[in-house]
Amino acid sequence: MSGTQETVDQVRAVTEQSYKYGFTTDIEADLAPKGLNEDIVRFISAKKEEPEWLLEWRLKAFRAWQAMEEPRYWAKLSYPPIDYQDAHYYAAPKTSNRPKSLDEVDPELLRTYEKLGIPLREQEILAGVEGTETKMPAIAVDAVFDSVSVATTFKAKLEEMGIIFCSISEAVREHPDLVRQYLGTVVPYTDNFYATLNCAVFTDGSFVYVPKGVRCPMELSTYFRINQANTGQFERTLIIADEGAYVSYLEGCTAPKRDENQLHAAVVELVALDNATIKYSTVQNWYPGNEDGVGGIYNFVTKRGACRGVNSKISWTQVETGSAITWKYPSCILQGDNSVGEFYSVAITNNRQQADTGTKMIHIGKNTKSTIVSKGISAGRSNNTYRGLVKILPKADGARNHTQCDSLLIGDQCGAHTVPYIESRNRSARVEHEATTAKISEDQLFYCRQRGLDPEDAVSLIVNGFCKEVLKELPMEFAVEAQKLVGISLEGSVG
Amino acid sequence: MSTPTPIRGATPQTALPYTEQFERLKAGLPGSGLDWVDALREGGASAFAVNGFPTVKNEAWRYTNLRPLEKVVFEPAEPRSDAPGFDVLPTVRAAGTSATRLVFVDGRFRHDLSSAAGLPNGVEVAGLADRLAGDPDWIAGRLGRLVDVDANPLAALNTAFLGDGAVLRIGRGVEVAEPIELVYVTLGREDRATVFHPRTLIVAEPMSRAVVVEHHVGYGSGVTLANHVVEVDVAEGATLHHYKVQRESGTAFHLSHGAVRIGKDACYDSFILTVGARLSRNEVRAELAGTGGTCRLNGAYMVRGQQHVDTSTFIDHAQPHCGSREVYKGAIDDSARAVFQGKILVRRGAQKTDGHQLNRALLLSDTAEIDSKPELEIYADDVKCSHGATAGELADEQLFYLRARGIPKDEARGLLIGAFLAEAIEEIPEDTVRENFQALVAGWLAAR
Amino acid sequence: MLEIKNLHATVDGKEILKGIDLTIGSGEVHAIMGPNGSGKSTLSYVLAGREGYEVTEGSVTYNGMDLLTLEPEERAAEGVFLAFQYPVEIPGVANTTFLKYALNAMRKRRGEPELDALQFLKLIREKTKALNMSDDMLKRAVNVGFSGGEKKRNETLQMAVLQPRFAILDETDSGLDIDALRIVADGVNALRGADRSMLVITHYQRLLEYIVPDRVHVLAHGRIQRSGGKELALELEEKGYREFGVDEAA
Repeated sequence: MSGTQETVDQVRAVTEQSYKYGFTTDIEADLAPKGLNEDIVRFISAKKEEPEWLLEWRLKAFRAWQAMEEPRYWAKLSYPPIDYQDAHYYAAPKTSNRPKSLDEVDPELLRTYEKLGIPLREQEILAGVEGTETKMPAIAVDAVFDSVSVATTFKAKLEEMGIIFCSISEAVREHPDLVRQYLGTVVPYTDNFYATLNCAVFTDGSFVYVPKGVRCPMELSTYFRINQANTGQFERTLIIADEGAYVSYLEGCTAPKRDENQLHAAVVELVALDNATIKYSTVQNWYPGNEDGVGGIYNFVTKRGACRGVNSKISWTQVETGSAITWKYPSCILQGDNSVGEFYSVAITNNRQQADTGTKMIHIGKNTKSTIVSKGISAGRSNNTYRGLVKILPKADGARNHTQCDSLLIGDQCGAHTVPYIESRNRSARVEHEATTAKISEDQLFYCRQRGLDPEDAVSLIVNGFCKEVLKELPMEFAVEAQKLVGISLEGSVG
Repeated sequence: MSTPTPIRGATPQTALPYTEQFERLKAGLPGSGLDWVDALREGGASAFAVNGFPTVKNEAWRYTNLRPLEKVVFEPAEPRSDAPGFDVLPTVRAAGTSATRLVFVDGRFRHDLSSAAGLPNGVEVAGLADRLAGDPDWIAGRLGRLVDVDANPLAALNTAFLGDGAVLRIGRGVEVAEPIELVYVTLGREDRATVFHPRTLIVAEPMSRAVVVEHHVGYGSGVTLANHVVEVDVAEGATLHHYKVQRESGTAFHLSHGAVRIGKDACYDSFILTVGARLSRNEVRAELAGTGGTCRLNGAYMVRGQQHVDTSTFIDHAQPHCGSREVYKGAIDDSARAVFQGKILVRRGAQKTDGHQLNRALLLSDTAEIDSKPELEIYADDVKCSHGATAGELADEQLFYLRARGIPKDEARGLLIGAFLAEAIEEIPEDTVRENFQALVAGWLAAR
Repeated sequence: MLEIKNLHATVDGKEILKGIDLTIGSGEVHAIMGPNGSGKSTLSYVLAGREGYEVTEGSVTYNGMDLLTLEPEERAAEGVFLAFQYPVEIPGVANTTFLKYALNAMRKRRGEPELDALQFLKLIREKTKALNMSDDMLKRAVNVGFSGGEKKRNETLQMAVLQPRFAILDETDSGLDIDALRIVADGVNALRGADRSMLVITHYQRLLEYIVPDRVHVLAHGRIQRSGGKELALELEEKGYREFGVDEAA
């Protein structure tokens, strides 16, 4: 039995307030002055006590970015010009020292994460008590608050197995060789406007290294929170699964309700070596703006994984319900023979939200396989676009792709769009793409109501059913939250 | 959506020869001096001067690069009275039966080769130049109405030079049983590259019914550019079956922009078979402009060598209760490349739309390529839309099954490719056209 | 239990029900027979509260309540159950999930405690056994890929789980072979009781051999034309609906 009933239960529990993560935390912050120039880049690098090579790399990126044009035409998104000088590029809670353990973390911060449903302390305590159900905790969390990582749980436990899970700033200090070896190798600093900006000003993010042959025994999770007003968030995540390693990583995001738009331009790089598997799940619930489209996060994210080794596998699962604008294409470069790429996506837009999201599957190696399942739900006056590329290069003998894109429209003022690009240059490759569009039928609604469901619960139930193929890919802990979100984000969409 | 913002005053280098040609020739073009004709041409010329040839940065042209075409300056084809290189004109009709057939050689209407036998009353067929010279009033306001020259640079170029082509008018309530055939013969010249810009106008008046077959054939080895624009207006309750077969020679560029308007309860049913040309593009933009309309855009392509074939369709569901179907199948051999871009737009309020599209491509060699971009853009919720695209080679199991029954490998492959393409062609309801197209497929397979 | 008085209803502006009068007492099973297009399904949708079925005149009193003012889900919670002629498919939603949610939604509305997973599982096991339904059918999405017989058995299962006070069976026999019909009828008969009324809508007499009604009504041209005992059904089987101005091959 799935958690669908829980979904609906939880939807019911939510009353008038639809975005419940909209509070702000009153905490003293360390802010860089507004604006973006080489001095700011140097400031960020100095704050993080970075080595010279990383500063140089940032500066190269910044110079490249200045010559780049913002991609404003090809995606199906419209928004006023962004003033890149009118934001703070560094915001950090003021603390005297880097906390060594949770005891040293500002209690106000811990309370914030508790409100978000991520009780960092409780988790560690519970796991430390003998005789509790699970000896091994299910999740280790790295909490990123504005520009910095404030806490990482279960580090010691993971270290015993040789797994490195820490903030990327810490990784730069403690594991510089690993960072230098892989940073920018999947998403180069010249990749695209937003990624290049991120290279110049990224502040924090998570770093994971799973050594040869190790199966990470718990879910690793980062929880991103934008709190400070007038800031951009530019996190950078790097995950390396060495030969034969396995890791499942989760990411969650929220932000306070604010009337201005805030920019979030993250970069995520994944590297899977021979026989390694990385599973990356996202529940993106940045503040979407209000009903009239005021405020909300501009979410411009570059996520890419390289299946470098033979038989490697990278699987992206995303549930995108938040943000005013989503521009995001988690991709797989399938270099290793027999490597596998997967993309499972649910994108829900309501009110005035706009999402242009999808994936790229680049088949380079022999017998590479990719699967794309995309479920787009549009309601209100929103626009929801799937945009994806499947590219089969000449040497990818025996490559396979199957793509299924389904759109569901709720109401007659929204838009649902499907824009796949399919390029095949290998005859032994087989590519199949299918897309459909549908609505919630009157019959379905009436049937559910005749059996006692009220209209909003009925919609939530039907939409959860529509998304099931994707939601079942999420780790248990996330699936419940995601199903709940599906219902919440569609509130007010049926009359 | 992604049309680049035009920069006034900066005519691209490669467009210059054509703007010069236009200034030089415009006074001598048919119908010159008629205000509306002059205005139409000037509009086309200035739109082309602004945009020039589309580049791959233009989303609609991302997979078809016109650089090879831009490297050559094409001279306007001159009128000719000969017809060397062919003795039998293509037809879908049985030998000896009378035919309504308009023949064009290098874009010019040829009375001597054409006939309009057996047409019922209420049907007019003519060459465009004749029409402009003799009886221009009816076409005024109809010609150019469906074409957006600002968004379509090649249609703009055609409009600048429009002079000859076919004009068909199927009168209200008239049913034409026999196919009306349009034969476009490209001869070209050995000593220089030549271009012509045929313009076809088909108006099916309310409740009429007709079948139109276009043949595009090429002889000779000169470099040629046929830059067609076809405007089709299918009025309320009318049915038009529109077939096209393009088998120009291997040195030909064949570009065609079709603009179709489908009225209330009207039906437009088309099939395009592409075999020829070095580079070809069939662009069709069909607007379902009245409720209850039906649009079928089907086709097949078979390319080899260095051929490039581009099919770009756009179906605009502007009104509710309309249906559209699109099935394209293609076989791509050697180093040929095929492009399929098919977009279905469902506008706000176009409820109960039923739109389906399928493109299937067979890659027959290690160096063949297919680029496919099916697209849905939907603004109404009570609709059923889908698209599908596949690319791959012949199924191993099938091939093995045939070989296990004793059929030699090559023959088995031919059989399977034929069967694959036949699936699309079998959709053609007219027996004569279907059989003719099947024979062309068989001919292509036999030449493997 | 249920009292329908002078009920008029329109669909898309067209009057389909033209003054229905019908009273069903507690524990009674009534059958409505009628030719195609007589308004049988319209009556069932009006009673269940489907949008687009507009009542222009008359009243429906159900256990002392004005039924017509209630939303569909409120009627369901009050014990009105419609077994659909064409049960609706809901992809991705497991049959058990749907049933559990429906049951708990109603229990909650009635102020009863919700069933937990274990209690629910026990209940459903017991009910499915009686209807000869496989576990597989419970795991599959609601009605998706079900045969006609499976769909009707599923409707009967829902009825058995939800325990309505007033059940409307809309052409429950359509699309069923004789074995499936027997299973469904047994399921329905098992639910008959002193505090549960039923309205069985059918075109043919066949179903009424298995679900024997207390009263039979003939619906034609939007009105009840004749009422009688169960023998009326047999008479209709023989003579057809010609007597009521309807000419059709039975």
